[in-house]
Amino acid sequence: MGTGREVDVRLAGVTKRFGDVVAVDDIALDILQGEFFSLLGPSGCGKTTTLRMIGGFEQPDEGAIELAGANVAGLPPHRRDVNTVFQSYALFPHLNVFDNVAYGLRRRRIAKDHIPGQVRRILELVDLPRFEARRITQLSGGQQQRVALARALVNQPRVLLLDEPLGALDLKLRKAMQLELKGLQHEVGITFIYVTHDQEEAMTMSDRIAVMREGRIEQVGPPEEVYERPATEFVASFLGASNLLDGTVGPPDGDFRTIELVSGEKVRVPAAAIEGTERSIKLGVRPEKIRIGTAGSASPADGDNAIEGTVRDATFVGVSNVYAVATRDGHEVTVYAQNLGTSTDRPPAPGETVTLTWHPEHTFVVSGREGGADGE
Amino acid sequence: MTRRGWVLPAYTTLVLLYLFLPIAVMILFGFNDIRGRFNFVWQGFTLRHWTGIWDTPELTDALKNSLLIASISTIVATSLGTMIALALTRYRFRGRGSTNLFIFLPLATPEIVLGASLLSLFVTANVSRGIGTILLAHIMFNISYVVVTVKARTQGFNREWEEAAKDLGATPWTAFRTVTLPLIFPGILAAAVLAFALSIDDYVITLFNAGATVTFPLWVAGASRFGVPPAVNVMGTLIFVVGVTLALLAVPLQRRRAAAPVAPPTGRVAG
Repeated sequence: MGTGREVDVRLAGVTKRFGDVVAVDDIALDILQGEFFSLLGPSGCGKTTTLRMIGGFEQPDEGAIELAGANVAGLPPHRRDVNTVFQSYALFPHLNVFDNVAYGLRRRRIAKDHIPGQVRRILELVDLPRFEARRITQLSGGQQQRVALARALVNQPRVLLLDEPLGALDLKLRKAMQLELKGLQHEVGITFIYVTHDQEEAMTMSDRIAVMREGRIEQVGPPEEVYERPATEFVASFLGASNLLDGTVGPPDGDFRTIELVSGEKVRVPAAAIEGTERSIKLGVRPEKIRIGTAGSASPADGDNAIEGTVRDATFVGVSNVYAVATRDGHEVTVYAQNLGTSTDRPPAPGETVTLTWHPEHTFVVSGREGGADGE
Repeated sequence: MTRRGWVLPAYTTLVLLYLFLPIAVMILFGFNDIRGRFNFVWQGFTLRHWTGIWDTPELTDALKNSLLIASISTIVATSLGTMIALALTRYRFRGRGSTNLFIFLPLATPEIVLGASLLSLFVTANVSRGIGTILLAHIMFNISYVVVTVKARTQGFNREWEEAAKDLGATPWTAFRTVTLPLIFPGILAAAVLAFALSIDDYVITLFNAGATVTFPLWVAGASRFGVPPAVNVMGTLIFVVGVTLALLAVPLQRRRAAAPVAPPTGRVAG
């Protein structure tokens, strides 16, 4: 990253097996101080296991886990300077809000007369002032979520682990909480490691994302990077609709390389995207980067990539029109055309031949390799 | 509506009468001013059985034995049974299935069979019968009841509660003391009350293994052949009152704990 910030959590060669199943397979990660870091992947990809190993609830079979430079492998959870917000919140139902939040302070033998003040301040921070005496059962899902946050944050841990904490909330509340969490993290300056299977959530909140699949890390990087330049086919498709086309690498053309598609059409991709001596590649472009026009109606801007296709399906979804277009080499490409409301251009209808154009810069090349690059 | 208007209350009244008439009769005949040995016909009101409650030394000793046996077997069986229930619900170990079955067996075995087998075991092992053998027998069958009762509570226990406690700095023992124990306590309390009641009431198994020791049920059964003295009614009344009082005291506690949701709000999605 080159920011010169301290590494808070380092995983080196960490492997975890459950019987014959390799849940986490030799992963390496550096998470920096104050970072909002997300582990993103489908269920069963090993992201929760990774989080639980950092928290101390599981011990790795191989590899080292460092917290602030010290190896913590083998240490039980209560001896680690991390706190967790559990997916089910795991609030203690026999205690009220005050006693829940004060639980960690009491375990650390904080002086009795300091506890009420600290609890009050943290409850104000999570926007639940004067909730001390409430019973857990009297709280809504969103409020329970905040209490769980407060209970963890009041201990001022070095790292806060969050295991899909917004999963149980409805969509609207979830959106609001995403922004709030991000703001809160900024305020307290604590490193957050956030586990989610929701790519939009990860992109909204994170400084960096590690995309995981089958116990391995496919790519690590800031949201824009993993979205705009996915390293693997899996990352490309997991972080949103991606349109992948097969092609053969041709000669260089300035900062670009020419790629010949199966259909014979030629497109250009950034030269930096081509690794080494690869000949046969998969290239992709995000649906919102493509402009669609009836064939011949508009000439593509100079230097833009252009391919032809036939509209299979057109769907109006309000903010945009979504087209499924069959290209000449037999792929189906998704195009989002923003609903600008201008009536000069008649939207293409199914069956029509169209030209798809996009800027070469917006083309990415994915590796077809199994497993993943570390991306660092 | 009109039909339901009287059928349900009438039905309820009959059920309550059916349940409580024998107890009412027992209490009432503790005040019967009997002449002779038999306490079957109402002959007048007196308090002399209450004032002279300890006048039959054999009965007093029998009651003391029963209370002692019930207390010890309740404490031992509740502790052991709670630990077994916790182990059975939280760990997957070899022999877990068969342990579950073996715990259930004493519940399904007729008491007469249990009593007789225990006796033959004690005779074979040359153990002299007395309070010790009664205790062993009572602890044995009580463990099963405790495990079944406590398990109902531990099964709904969210392991993340314990993990959260440890995450917040609690040692395993502190996590158990401050989180696990309070949350499963209603189950343990119910199990202990049940164990105490079963022990103080047991006749069949005790009869086989008592040797020369006489417990309250054994004494009452023996006396009934010659006519049960009203002192038995008085003691029965006392035991009943103490039991009901304990149960009533436990209600607010149970209600408070029961308000806590035992299951987590969401299913866990492994990632």
